[in-house]
Amino acid sequence: MNEVQIRETVLHVLGAIAPEADLSQLNPEARLRDQLDIDSMDFLNFVIGLHDELHVDIPEKDYGQLATLAGCVQYLIAAMGRPGSRRAE
Amino acid sequence: MSDFLMPKLGADMTAGTLVAWRKRVGDPIRRGDIVAEVDTDKGIIDIESFSDGILEALLVEPGTSVPVGTPLARIQAAGETAATVRPASQSPAPGSPTSPASQPAPVTGPSPALISQAELARLRISPSARQRARELGVDPRELTGTGRGGAITREDVERAAAARIVPASQASSSQTPTPAVAPPVPAGVPAAANAPPPPAERTLRMRQAIAAAMARANREIPHYYLSTTIDLHAALQWLTRQNEDRPVTGRLLYGVLLLKAAALALREVPELNAFWQDDRPVRQESIHLGVAISLRGGGLIAPALHNADRKSLDELMHDLRDLVARVRTGGIRSSELADPTITVTSLGEQGVEGVYGVIYPPQVALVGWGRVVERPWCVAGQVVPRPLITATLAGDHRATDGHRGSVYLAAVERLLQQPEQL
Repeated sequence: MNEVQIRETVLHVLGAIAPEADLSQLNPEARLRDQLDIDSMDFLNFVIGLHDELHVDIPEKDYGQLATLAGCVQYLIAAMGRPGSRRAE
Repeated sequence: MSDFLMPKLGADMTAGTLVAWRKRVGDPIRRGDIVAEVDTDKGIIDIESFSDGILEALLVEPGTSVPVGTPLARIQAAGETAATVRPASQSPAPGSPTSPASQPAPVTGPSPALISQAELARLRISPSARQRARELGVDPRELTGTGRGGAITREDVERAAAARIVPASQASSSQTPTPAVAPPVPAGVPAAANAPPPPAERTLRMRQAIAAAMARANREIPHYYLSTTIDLHAALQWLTRQNEDRPVTGRLLYGVLLLKAAALALREVPELNAFWQDDRPVRQESIHLGVAISLRGGGLIAPALHNADRKSLDELMHDLRDLVARVRTGGIRSSELADPTITVTSLGEQGVEGVYGVIYPPQVALVGWGRVVERPWCVAGQVVPRPLITATLAGDHRATDGHRGSVYLAAVERLLQQPEQL
């Protein structure tokens, strides 16, 4: 999966959590929490959504790296390339 | 025989609009089964039955708005024989106000929604076809039988179901699919009658419902407010260790620890778990936490986490996730709106350190949680950084005094120091 596909997947999962948001206006460098009014339950559902779509189990200590869209994409590229990551493919 | 009534889902509700029947005449009903969907100021709510039996007759058609207390259907208790069908227009509407707008709409003439048990018995239809008709939501009276002597067969039912066109507005996935339950709307009901109001109107109606309840609370309830600062070090450390070993789908949020502590502390100060009714406090045996959940479009509702004191943290987490999801996508049950015995609100995630709430009548208390902040704290004579949270209690001074309220907050604090026992 390449960067564009990962970004699309992240936006898809976010869209399910904040269906009213216009994700095309998202600033990739700004915090998702501030832009989308995401609470801790939404964030947990976001992490679960990424897990379901990409088969990556993100430990809680890494949550800080998912604060922005750009951060999410970078983190997921690295996580999916790691040996032992729980990719289904 | 019992009447299935338009329920009162909160102090502010006076009327509701029947959106759809989820059961058909002749269906067995168990207490807690979802029988109908009703549109209220809080959105479309799944209405549960309070009794067991057989659904004998439907008295109100989808699209009709009726006052709280109006009989919507009759349920025949197990073992009873079918009662004589009495016209719905003669049904009393207990407790209904007298303004013309709130009179139940008279149900006149035959209607696809009004099929009595006796009428079904006259139809020539095999038991298996009748069962299939129920499953598929087909009205057997509209079918022409092709079986022996004109009897309606299973195939007739299935053909009719296949030919039926489901309006797009009903084909949406807004409700959890439940096998063996009839489709939400009988064939032939115009979709327009069931179309939800536009979002702006819904938001306004919710605003007005909140306005009514909160104005009443401020008018009638002499609030007192207490607050305390709680060290969450032990609770958060324990939680971090727990979550390290858990898959992402099994992780706990710290909010669940707060909910459990708030529920358990009510056992020690049960007078806070009460309703103010008829000029006296009435203690509630079960502890149903009303969890304030903000809607993304604005407004909020506070449905119940039932028996929160008796549930494990994992059960509470599961139930909370489920509740939040259903608040946002639909499928809140009537008991969840009607049952809360106390409200818990957590505005900390929006960044404030403390919240002093307005009690939701007839409840007599509200617990508020602020943001977790890291601050210097004295532990055994040393100043150390600690994660702190402000817990508040708004109490109804008619029902309790500040002393008992402070005992309650002290219990919450003590419980949170031993998270492994929550």
